[in-house]
Amino acid sequence: MNKMMMTEELWCLLNMKKTSYLSKTVEELKPSGIRRFFDLAAGMEGVISLGVGEPDFVTSWSVREAAILSLEQGYTSYTANAGLLELREEISAYMGQSFGVSYSPKNEIIVTVGASQALDIALRAIVDPGDEVIVIEPSFVSYAPLVVLAGGKAVTVNTKKENDFKVSKEELEQAITARTKAIILCSPNNPTGTMLGREDLIGIAEVAKKYDLLILSDEIYAELSYDEQFVSLAAIDGMRERTILISGFSKGFAMTGWRLGFVCAPEEITQAMLKIHQYAMMCAPTMAQFAAVEALRNGRDDVEEMRKSYRRRRNYFVHSLNELGLECHTPGGAFYVFPSIKSTGLTSLQFAERLLLEEKVAVVPGDVFGESGEGHIRCSYASSMEQLQESIKRIKSFLERL
Amino acid sequence: MKLTEKELEIVEILEKDARTSTEDMAKMLNLSLEETEVLIKKLEESNVIVQYSAIVDWSKIAGHEGVTAMIDVKVTPKRGVGFDEIAERIYRFKEVKALYLMSGAYDLSVVVEGKSMNEVAHFVSDKLSTLDSVLSTTTHFILKKYKHDGTIFEQNDDDRRIVVSP
Repeated sequence: MNKMMMTEELWCLLNMKKTSYLSKTVEELKPSGIRRFFDLAAGMEGVISLGVGEPDFVTSWSVREAAILSLEQGYTSYTANAGLLELREEISAYMGQSFGVSYSPKNEIIVTVGASQALDIALRAIVDPGDEVIVIEPSFVSYAPLVVLAGGKAVTVNTKKENDFKVSKEELEQAITARTKAIILCSPNNPTGTMLGREDLIGIAEVAKKYDLLILSDEIYAELSYDEQFVSLAAIDGMRERTILISGFSKGFAMTGWRLGFVCAPEEITQAMLKIHQYAMMCAPTMAQFAAVEALRNGRDDVEEMRKSYRRRRNYFVHSLNELGLECHTPGGAFYVFPSIKSTGLTSLQFAERLLLEEKVAVVPGDVFGESGEGHIRCSYASSMEQLQESIKRIKSFLERL
Repeated sequence: MKLTEKELEIVEILEKDARTSTEDMAKMLNLSLEETEVLIKKLEESNVIVQYSAIVDWSKIAGHEGVTAMIDVKVTPKRGVGFDEIAERIYRFKEVKALYLMSGAYDLSVVVEGKSMNEVAHFVSDKLSTLDSVLSTTTHFILKKYKHDGTIFEQNDDDRRIVVSP
């Protein structure tokens, strides 16, 4: 009896000591700054949003119809862990034709739940506790947190508007230590829209080779390049073996809600990622995979149509912003412009908040993409021309009032 | 006539929205206003851009709903001019909204619009079928227009995206 009481007391004591059930890593993780802004904008009526990180096109009907057909035919079970072989074969052919890179559908491609999951399994496959991964900022908001969640340390390298937000070899080299394992690269870039050309990539490749680093190349916006031919990092001499190429259907094919991406890498890395994928995810959604097969077989003309439409809107928007005195370089890809708002004397957050409250235009303050994004705002021009025209009017009246 | 990339883009933009202003188009194409005007003029003069018009859903306008019929017409082509002469005789009628030469079971497809079925029936019996070269006509009345010239009439194009996303 006495002994029993002791155990219970001890148990209570132990429990009381526990301040939280959550892991320290997660507790210390900051919520994305975008979330806060979303809450602010979501409650308002009549907002024109330039804050959306996804296409304004609805997925092509033929692609949607293919998914419906797959459901009608009863394809509702799991696929192979790596995804339908049929889809991997299409991806392999597509990557070869479009970007001149060659990956075996059998053992070098995994179909993932969005490019985000590809990024997650890639990091978890290569990072040991304490390993460093270089994140070039301003960057997509998930990179650094995913590195941390994989047990690594995210090391930031800042880029500047003066260099079109391109990273130099020297800046990269300064961030490299004995623990550096990899660099995350994103071109065309979210949030800056900057696209790296062949020469830029060769420079980065030299650094990777010199220090024996891997590069996680996020090429999700590859289809959306407007002035120059997109060059894949894996197509640079000697880089295939040290590149984990991440892409997907969300942006180019306007399929964000389908959650379908893929990752291509040399067999050894792919098989390591597949271990994580098979335990954590099993496989990507089957109907989305059938849709993707159709997208690759018959949807490429639609991608070209969308690309042209984005290019026109980019040109219109960049011209208009520059006319208003919000300086921005012409971004080579994606669907973002990242103008400087330093001339207004406001911080990014002040600018974005006031623009939203006073003129009902939602943009994303640049600092949520990293410190070096301060002084900028991210505007997505994946909106109708009418909305873009109206937003320019509103930004104009906002600026005149400042 | 071979178009440059910019000219092709102008045609595509105007085909989607003929009311796009020249100023906006100049910005979209990275051209000056004057350059854009010159290109548009050239496209108009060479009849690549034939006309600017609006797609109207007349069924929405009380008292002006009207009827449209597609008429399959078999004709005897004439030596030397083929189908062109009879086609011209037909398309000159203002009731005729479209006329196509077809492959297959009949020769000409005539789209006719009128205020009522009666009016269209009169046109077919009085004007069309009495023409010398016309051998037969089959009239199909259109019951409902879902999509016309690439435009869906009842399109729900609400933006379903969340307001801010990474």
